[in-house]
Amino acid sequence: MPDRHQTTSHEIERYAGLFARRTRQMRSSAMRDLMAITARPEVISLAGGLPDTSTFPPDTFAAITARIARESCASALQYGPTEGFEATKHCIAEVMAAEGMHIDVDDVIVTTGGQQVIDLVTKTLVDPGDVVICEAPTYPGAVPVFSSYEADVVQIEMDADGMRIDLLEETLGRLEREERRPKFIYTVPTFQNPAGVTLSAPRRQRLVEIARERELLVLEDNPYGLLRYEGDPLPPLRALDGGVYVLYLGTFSKILSPGIRLGWVAAPAPVLTKINLGKQAADLCTSSLTQKLVEGYFAEGRWRGYVQDLCTIYRRRRDAMLDALAEFFPPQAEWTQPGGGLFIWATLPDFIDTEDLLAKAIQQENVAFVPGSAAYADGRGGSSMRLNFSAVSENDIVEGIRRIGKVIDAQISLYGTISGRAAGAPAQAPEVEPADVPTNVVPLPQRPSDTKRGARGS
Amino acid sequence: MSTRVAILKGGPSLERQVSLRSAARVQDALERLGHEVLPIDVDSTLIERLRESGADVAFIALHGRGGEDGTVQELLEIIGLPYTGSGVLACMRSMDKVLTKHLLVEEGIPTPDFFAFSEVAFRELGAADALPAIEERLGFPLVVKPAAQGSALGIEFAASPADVPGALVAAFSYDDRVLLERHVRGRELAVGLLEMDAGVEALPVLEAKPKEEYFFDFEARYEIGKTDYVCPADLPPDVTARAQELAVATYRLLGCYGFARVDMMLPEDGTPQVLEAQAIPGLTETSLYPQAAEAAGISFDDLVSRLVELALKNSAAPTGAVR
Repeated sequence: MPDRHQTTSHEIERYAGLFARRTRQMRSSAMRDLMAITARPEVISLAGGLPDTSTFPPDTFAAITARIARESCASALQYGPTEGFEATKHCIAEVMAAEGMHIDVDDVIVTTGGQQVIDLVTKTLVDPGDVVICEAPTYPGAVPVFSSYEADVVQIEMDADGMRIDLLEETLGRLEREERRPKFIYTVPTFQNPAGVTLSAPRRQRLVEIARERELLVLEDNPYGLLRYEGDPLPPLRALDGGVYVLYLGTFSKILSPGIRLGWVAAPAPVLTKINLGKQAADLCTSSLTQKLVEGYFAEGRWRGYVQDLCTIYRRRRDAMLDALAEFFPPQAEWTQPGGGLFIWATLPDFIDTEDLLAKAIQQENVAFVPGSAAYADGRGGSSMRLNFSAVSENDIVEGIRRIGKVIDAQISLYGTISGRAAGAPAQAPEVEPADVPTNVVPLPQRPSDTKRGARGS
Repeated sequence: MSTRVAILKGGPSLERQVSLRSAARVQDALERLGHEVLPIDVDSTLIERLRESGADVAFIALHGRGGEDGTVQELLEIIGLPYTGSGVLACMRSMDKVLTKHLLVEEGIPTPDFFAFSEVAFRELGAADALPAIEERLGFPLVVKPAAQGSALGIEFAASPADVPGALVAAFSYDDRVLLERHVRGRELAVGLLEMDAGVEALPVLEAKPKEEYFFDFEARYEIGKTDYVCPADLPPDVTARAQELAVATYRLLGCYGFARVDMMLPEDGTPQVLEAQAIPGLTETSLYPQAAEAAGISFDDLVSRLVELALKNSAAPTGAVR
């Protein structure tokens, strides 16, 4: 019989009294509970941020692990250096070179996933109350990291060309007048999570200049850069800046596997030294075994081909989702047109709360997405949603979007009936000045006006 | 005496996670009590698994639709397996806030003024035309709630007429019936009820004081340290007595059995207003009911033991006599 102690509410209070102040910022949520029921097999989940690992050849995996067992068993099972194996760093240099960056392996630390980089950078730079700037919406997984270090998160709105640099400058000016110096700007410039948009070349240039002028650090999070489905690559911020003010976060999660938990940070030496110390304290070192796995995989020389395969698969899925959105989402909805990555961001009329919509979608239609509020630190984003197209088949994408469209239609028509506003009328004019945009609507791109709404499905 | 207890938990309800947390605690308690425990995550194989389990009794640790609304209870009646808590009818009455409130009004138990609508009423009967009159009667802010949903999911406040349609759409996400209720400003009280040998008894009154949130929302309910709980609540003796009296009356009115929790608001005037009853109160570490039981000197193990005992005792009564 398990010997588990009884927990009384009195004891709970006793523990609660011992929790650090910062844990008050760490919150579970109704949404997280809701997401738990999306794991049921009958649910089509467009909620995850998952790459499709079923595309990875099992024979390759078996061959590499067998070779590790034969040739470097003891060291694969041993602790490794905090900064990671030299050989792994050469693989990283190869990936960065493919993205147009040339780095010295000494400028890199191998981390436990890209997520650890966000944590270590925040840990290294942020005191409670310090400002961290990021996009609105931002990567939902970054919000709890910033919160846990009690950062004051300031989010800058985006449009089809990524973060609005004019608003960034305005905000920096305001913060300066308030004598608050932001510690760093967190950005996913390419195929942003969750919005799917990409920071334009002129804005990249300007962002790097701003960082230099104001001596501000930028954390460039680039998990999706190689997952490009059309157009020419834009230079990463780090390539423009040369690694002076830009800290670069990379990961093998989207180009190989998230299960191996391998990411990296490239940063100026003084910052890297502190990050190294932070990592020692956090987990001593990154998994030796999975570093060996990457090394073996790269030695086979087929990683670029696999990324190309992924691009082919994901491009088809993205197209399937865009077509389905045009067919099944109502005319009041807007969504982004990502040229790569894993996500589309859709915004609905502001009277729809996507958390409530999710409850209905899961219960009635067995379909799930991420409600937009997860991508904000301040509860905005209530009428938006993040849709993932990488993790499920084209058929499921079309069916999933059809089901979500059905629930949205029902809500719009009900709202129309209750409010007396004609259902089907656009909730807002197509061209809106930023100042007129309600705070919960992100001014991301409008659906192209030439997109014809297809005949409705059954 | 060792009993084979099937714990029914999880299921597809929106409150699945809360149920899993309640069930985990109950399972620990039952094991400590020396019972044989068979946890069952409820799905379409439930009946088959229960039949194969050889269980003597089912502990229902389900919350929300399916588990708390009489559905599972009905199935257990059919296969003749004793179960904890209230019977089919009491579950149906408690899960449905509209039905509960109509019964309360009929019985003369104070409850905030309200109006209830189905989605059909709006879509087909032009109920929207009645909204201005309702808003005038209830005043602002008013509360919009789905008829059947626990854990504060889908509860919306409307501060002005402009907020009402959005709040209704939100509430209709959880149920096809909603109610608009006068917002009673005051202290949030909860009274646990437990069936004792001499009949139902009210546990000490508990007060929930949210630390930050405007109201006691889902997060505040299940997050440690988000809410201060005071039990027994610091109330004048006559108010305590009145709250307990109303809770017992509500329990009896709904036909509950075993245990239940009655939630109420205490406005300035000192007369508690009953909001709703939970036929299966949450049993997580931060839930109200177990805290109230503790305040009465009933440990969690004693509580679980008592509920199992009551289930077995009840099944010995002739069918239909109690339930």
